[in-house]
Amino acid sequence: MARQPAKPPVAEGDDTDFMLRSLQQAFEAKKRYAASEAEMLEFYRQMLLIRRFEEKAGQLYGLGLIGGFCHLYIGQEAVAIGLQSALDNDRDSVITGYRDHGHMLAYGIDPKVIMAELTGREAGISKGKGGSMHMFSTEHKFYGGHGIVGAQVALGGGLALAHQYNEDGGLCLAYFGDGAANQGQVYETFNMAALWNLPIVFVVEDNQYAMGTATKRSSAETRFYRRGTAFRIPGMEVNGMDVLEVRAAAEVAFAHVRAGKGPVLMECNTYRYRGHSMSDPAKYRTREEVQEQRDHHDPIEGLKKTLIEAGKTEDELKAIDKAIRSQVAEAADFAETSPEPGAGQLYTDVLVEEY
Amino acid sequence: MGIELKMPALSPTMEQGTLAKWLKAEGDRIEPGDIIAEIETDKATMEFEAIDEGVLEKILVPAGTEDVAVGAVIALIKGEGEESASAPAEPAPAPAAAEPDVAARGEEGRGEGNSAKPAAEPLKAKAAPAHDAALPEGTTFISTTVREALRDAMAEEMRRDPRVFVMGEEVAEYQGAYKVTQGLLAEFGPKRVIDTPITEYGFAGIGTGAAMGGLRPIVEFMTFNFAMQAIDHIINSAAKTNYMSGGQMRCPIVFRGPNGAASRVGAQHSQNYGPWYASVPGLIVIAPYDAADAKGLMKAAIRSEDPVVFLENELVYGRSFDVPDVEDHVLPIGKARVVREGTDVTIVSYSIGVGLALDAATKLAEEGIEAEVIDLRTLRPLDKQTVLESLAKTNRLIVAEEGWPTCSIASEIISICMEEGFDHLDAPVLRVCNEDVPLPYAANLEKLALIDAARIAEAARKVCYVK
Repeated sequence: MARQPAKPPVAEGDDTDFMLRSLQQAFEAKKRYAASEAEMLEFYRQMLLIRRFEEKAGQLYGLGLIGGFCHLYIGQEAVAIGLQSALDNDRDSVITGYRDHGHMLAYGIDPKVIMAELTGREAGISKGKGGSMHMFSTEHKFYGGHGIVGAQVALGGGLALAHQYNEDGGLCLAYFGDGAANQGQVYETFNMAALWNLPIVFVVEDNQYAMGTATKRSSAETRFYRRGTAFRIPGMEVNGMDVLEVRAAAEVAFAHVRAGKGPVLMECNTYRYRGHSMSDPAKYRTREEVQEQRDHHDPIEGLKKTLIEAGKTEDELKAIDKAIRSQVAEAADFAETSPEPGAGQLYTDVLVEEY
Repeated sequence: MGIELKMPALSPTMEQGTLAKWLKAEGDRIEPGDIIAEIETDKATMEFEAIDEGVLEKILVPAGTEDVAVGAVIALIKGEGEESASAPAEPAPAPAAAEPDVAARGEEGRGEGNSAKPAAEPLKAKAAPAHDAALPEGTTFISTTVREALRDAMAEEMRRDPRVFVMGEEVAEYQGAYKVTQGLLAEFGPKRVIDTPITEYGFAGIGTGAAMGGLRPIVEFMTFNFAMQAIDHIINSAAKTNYMSGGQMRCPIVFRGPNGAASRVGAQHSQNYGPWYASVPGLIVIAPYDAADAKGLMKAAIRSEDPVVFLENELVYGRSFDVPDVEDHVLPIGKARVVREGTDVTIVSYSIGVGLALDAATKLAEEGIEAEVIDLRTLRPLDKQTVLESLAKTNRLIVAEEGWPTCSIASEIISICMEEGFDHLDAPVLRVCNEDVPLPYAANLEKLALIDAARIAEAARKVCYVK
């Protein structure tokens, strides 16, 4: 006679306490955030600042003023702005990978110190010692800026553990890309985050390509929001090209986490117009594909349309652009002319204490 | 003929244990699979299961007996339909009893996997520390195992600072795979003593992130062999971020656990990672030998604002040393210690190698060679000054390291002596390291591969030009 298995199988329909799409249903019910006009203008300004800043960074890279790796955020602006506008900046923390300029700008950090970091100057936010991929602002609870694909997910789990340990009511927002989503430590972290009910929102910024490898060529499951299912983490699927949709999703996810219900996995579908980094040959996709995204899905143009429908004029929006261009030009000028770190900086900050 | 039940070896390094409890009485019937006794090793309490069938005829070692040698006959079982076996008057002598001073040394002998080591651990290891002269007059000492010293250090720091917590595999309910975290769960609760899944990369990252977020994690690796899965976070995340952020991102974390060869556990579980971590700027690397240093440096490590890799040694956990009975025993990081003074040759070592170096020094003294033994204690930053001062005094130096020779701490010491002590050298600096092979399992090959006191003494004679 066959023995009973050590653990009986779950009968279909009995697994009612967990629903993968429970948050998605709440989100679908109110899919676009009802932003006030002032909020919409602020989103527009912030996204445009990222766009213009990154365009300028690309230009400075071409001039040899920025070295090494430089990963631009152009096309993905709605993700950082939609999510970070919903944070409680007194309590919450953010961590991301190396495509980090946009997340810094979303905090309102002075573009000058970010651009000066890109050019490797002493006035840079990391004193010129980190570069494009390694920027931090502990003052804003922005924890970087990490160059090893996927490492920020486990580190984010630790930030969430600290929120829980300190009972400070904060949550951690941990961004990673579709490429990082295939790293093992992401799932190690999912397991512990769910096991310990950590206050963390995992955000997959799916920009469709891990460097040059399309998601369908690298991922058996390209619906990344489903990848928390094995750990009982609810998923959300969000149009990352619409800032109001991202913001609405953020509201649902953050409320879930703040209620002590544990982690959320949010997939934001987005698109990067530029190469993976500045040295990307872009042989893996067509010009037409990129153009189609720019013409029909651009997050800034999308919001502009909404603003104009709400009564704003082209001239008013142009004035915003003009102010941003001048702010970015000033940042670039500062980054070009401010001095490199002194040779004495070579040995500082290796250790905190002296032994 | 009755069946003899012998004291089992319940771990690779166990040589003796306590027969805590008999769960069967004389005359009880025994089936295979029955739990007949509880045996306490230096690591855990284990159940002793019967594999024979019969009647428990005679208990030879009563419950509560300590230091029962592995292999000693503890009871007799009478098989089905057998005559009573005549019980021997005394339990059969165990193999370990060949070393007559095992019992006298108490804990000292435990965990000493390499039974071929030439002599008992000399008590000279307790020689007055030359560089920790801060102990007040009249300080008393308490004999403590390295295991207990590490636990006491963690417990004291956890009482002192609510941000300090411990995480790792089996640290809480199991009481530590090597019992180092014993009792912490009961005192501090599950919030501060966290059992993790077997997921080294993940929990090393979570620990590092928690340190960045303002906590003071102690991350235990069951052994540092498993930390290779997590080395990315130790180096790329913990060690480099302060620099990359221009000093903004602090990472006050301690990664700790046993390191180096244990006993007969094969190549994947027997590696010394000291040289690996010591090569990384941004890390502090500590590898103590005795209990007083283990305690004082663990406390310093937990208080440090920098990430610390704290390398322990399984074979040393059970050894007892005097620990000063003071309120707050904290030692400076980055300071070596002269553990034995001498005039003829300097032996530089760390971790388990220090014990072997002291054995070698005892042997050399009988031959008229007075060796000075230096315990580096911290591998990064390395205390060059203490090494060079000793070299200036003895003019001859060797390095004893339980680890591979290539790109080793020994290589580094040799380099320092060449660059900064050349004029003091009367002989080339020699290194005594493990053989340059993955550690073999077979007892004889393992013994051949690992350093021992005889090889250290031989190298010392060589640099002294004595045959």
